[in-house]
Amino acid sequence: MESTVTYESDLNLKATELRLGLPGTDEYEKQTPPSVRSNKRSLPDIIEESDTGDREAPVTKAQVVGWPPIRSYRKNSFQPKKIEAEATGIYVKVSMDGAPYLRKIDLKVYKGYPELLKALENMFKFTIGEYSDREGYTRSEYALTYEDKDGDWMMVGDVPWDMFMSSCKRLRIMKGSEARGLGCAV
Amino acid sequence: MREDRAEMSEDEDRALDLGGGGPDASNKTESSGGSCGAGDSPSPFPDQVLDNVLEDVLRFLTSRRDRNAVSLVCKSWCMVEALTRSDLFIGNCYAVSPRRVVDRFRSVRSLLLKGKPRFADFNLVPPNWGSYFSPWVTAMAAAYPWLEKVYLKRMTVSDEDLGLLAHSFPGFKELVLVCCEGFGTSGLSVVASRCRQLRVLDLIEDEIMDDEVDWISCFPETGTCLESLIFDCVESLVNFIALERLVARSPSLRKLRLNRHVSIGQLHRLMVQAPQLTHLGTGSFSFSDLMVQGDQEPDLVSTFAASKSLICLSGFKDILPEYLPAIYPVCANLTSLNLSYANINAEQLKPVIYRCHKLQTFWVLDSVCDEGLQAVAATCKDLRELRVFPMEAREDIEGPVSEVGLLAISEGCRQLQSILYFCQRMTNAAVVAMSKNCPELVVFRLCIMGRHRPDHLTGEPMDEGFGAIIMNCKKLTRLAISGLLTDEAFSYIGTYGKLVRTLSVAFAGDSDMGLRYVLEGCPKLQKLEIRDSPFGDSALLSGLHHYYNMRFLWMSSCKLSPLGCKEIARRMPRLVVEVISYRDEETDDAVEVLYMYRSLEGPRNDAPKFVTIL
Repeated sequence: MESTVTYESDLNLKATELRLGLPGTDEYEKQTPPSVRSNKRSLPDIIEESDTGDREAPVTKAQVVGWPPIRSYRKNSFQPKKIEAEATGIYVKVSMDGAPYLRKIDLKVYKGYPELLKALENMFKFTIGEYSDREGYTRSEYALTYEDKDGDWMMVGDVPWDMFMSSCKRLRIMKGSEARGLGCAV
Repeated sequence: MREDRAEMSEDEDRALDLGGGGPDASNKTESSGGSCGAGDSPSPFPDQVLDNVLEDVLRFLTSRRDRNAVSLVCKSWCMVEALTRSDLFIGNCYAVSPRRVVDRFRSVRSLLLKGKPRFADFNLVPPNWGSYFSPWVTAMAAAYPWLEKVYLKRMTVSDEDLGLLAHSFPGFKELVLVCCEGFGTSGLSVVASRCRQLRVLDLIEDEIMDDEVDWISCFPETGTCLESLIFDCVESLVNFIALERLVARSPSLRKLRLNRHVSIGQLHRLMVQAPQLTHLGTGSFSFSDLMVQGDQEPDLVSTFAASKSLICLSGFKDILPEYLPAIYPVCANLTSLNLSYANINAEQLKPVIYRCHKLQTFWVLDSVCDEGLQAVAATCKDLRELRVFPMEAREDIEGPVSEVGLLAISEGCRQLQSILYFCQRMTNAAVVAMSKNCPELVVFRLCIMGRHRPDHLTGEPMDEGFGAIIMNCKKLTRLAISGLLTDEAFSYIGTYGKLVRTLSVAFAGDSDMGLRYVLEGCPKLQKLEIRDSPFGDSALLSGLHHYYNMRFLWMSSCKLSPLGCKEIARRMPRLVVEVISYRDEETDDAVEVLYMYRSLEGPRNDAPKFVTIL
């Protein structure tokens, strides 16, 4: 469809490779330069001459106030949407208790919880087993939690996937006694 | 969209000629000695009968232009006309004072007031420049207790102003605010709760502060007279349950335009409550962030099928394209469709547009590409107005629409009257073709976004294209030009643009001659806005014969000097000459912004520091 597909699949490979970076470093910025989101262009900084030099492009490409004459109301209507919906994805940090460094994953890549769980199991080399409504993750000494928009730590799996995607800020794989506490029905 | 309020639309004044101008007519009568006030001695008996008859006759006269003409006949006609004029149009709030208006016109029911110059929309006017509604509402509160309608465009309106309005006019029926700012949801709540006869509350492209007041809940509990509720520009969340109840108790509601926080599921519920709607703004046309579990897929198709009166559709602010087919049932009846916030491609547009045979007004994003426009041209044979907005307002990209789309439209839509077209590349040939194919054109606004960009096939300036438009389109009254343009283009405008009333110029022309051609050649010119063009003092001075006939002249980043502007001010006492500075310090360098307009009142007393009135 668009160039965004290849963009995303490239990053997916990168997300699952092991690397020796500092814990918590952001390799992928959430903000991409505007033209990456364009349907037509791939490189933000290069002004390509698609026509044979007929264009007399002005020397400075600096933004001129009020040009083109679009009301800011209209300009602003698009930018937020593009940042969310297009190539950037929803990147969240994943930490695991006891692991030396964090990882980052793109939630948009996964269609639902089972896929996410599997990916995390692969990434951190552990088993979390299945999730059940009543008891959480009972089969494992791990529990998967996330921090939501309000700053609360929630168990992954309780809410519909879409709601989870939009409210999840970071993930934490808890281990040990804390995890077991979460596994019991309250 | 604003198609049913001709005087408020962006294509201003197409149907309304300033002519002598409402309050401006008094300019002429006053200089001929005396105002039409109560100071005149009573007429002898036969004339009194005549006046009474005249009064009864004049009540039927609604056209502004006709009324202005009537008021010029003689003093008594002027007086009677002033007594019977009920609709007041003031194109520049600084051209006349509230006091003078209230003294002359005694039975006003409807007021239309315009404030800031249009380039304020593009951040070219610093904040707090002026155009305050306060003095007007204060004066009218005392003078016109039976006021019913207020239309404001580019005015600064405060919550206090809205409060005063709501408390002062018990029969108040219509409030329309276009491109206004300075108020918030608390002001809206007062209007909603106090104006019990309110039929129309239209908020169009305003900047409204979120005071976290639930204004939707403030409408009368027992039922409303609401016919039109437009709030798509309100950025804050509205209480949906209250909105649903409001719609349910507003049986006269015909026009409803929702803001982007109304989800598609909520839209569905509202449409079920109001199948009688004629104008609908769909809100986000997407799911909200919070997906409530158990929400079924709304059966939108049936709901649209049940809305048999829908003729105007807009919204689609965060559209999920897969839901667009839901509107198919209404397409055949649509006369107006606004998809200019919908990021859809040609393939997604086609099945919709192929069903819209009756479409007259179409606003769209260039994401549909030339191919999408070709589909429009193939189907919408009755199209009158087209606006193509850019997804990305930049200068250095390829751009999805071009001369191909423009040519297709010109060949398919022969009834076209008004076009606004943003693009990155264009050819003279396509513009010439449009000039020949679309003889009904009244408004032609082409914005080639790259500054100074020539015809991308020939490398020539765009003079010939725009020249053809001005020559061949005999009804043209509004023109906006762009691309690489020499003085030649202006020569064409001056020679052939005999009906042009509004002209917008940016990054164009070579020398003073350009501006001179226009000022000397266009007798009907009323609104001239120019930016970043090399016109200087001598060009400015060539228009002295005409400036009193104009509503305003705007020139920014041109080659004017303070001396030249002072000379104008000296020679034309009824002109207010404002020099607006973007920087704090005083400077004798080139004038950054010149904004001048005729006025009966002289320099305004509410000018901020960055405005110098010469």
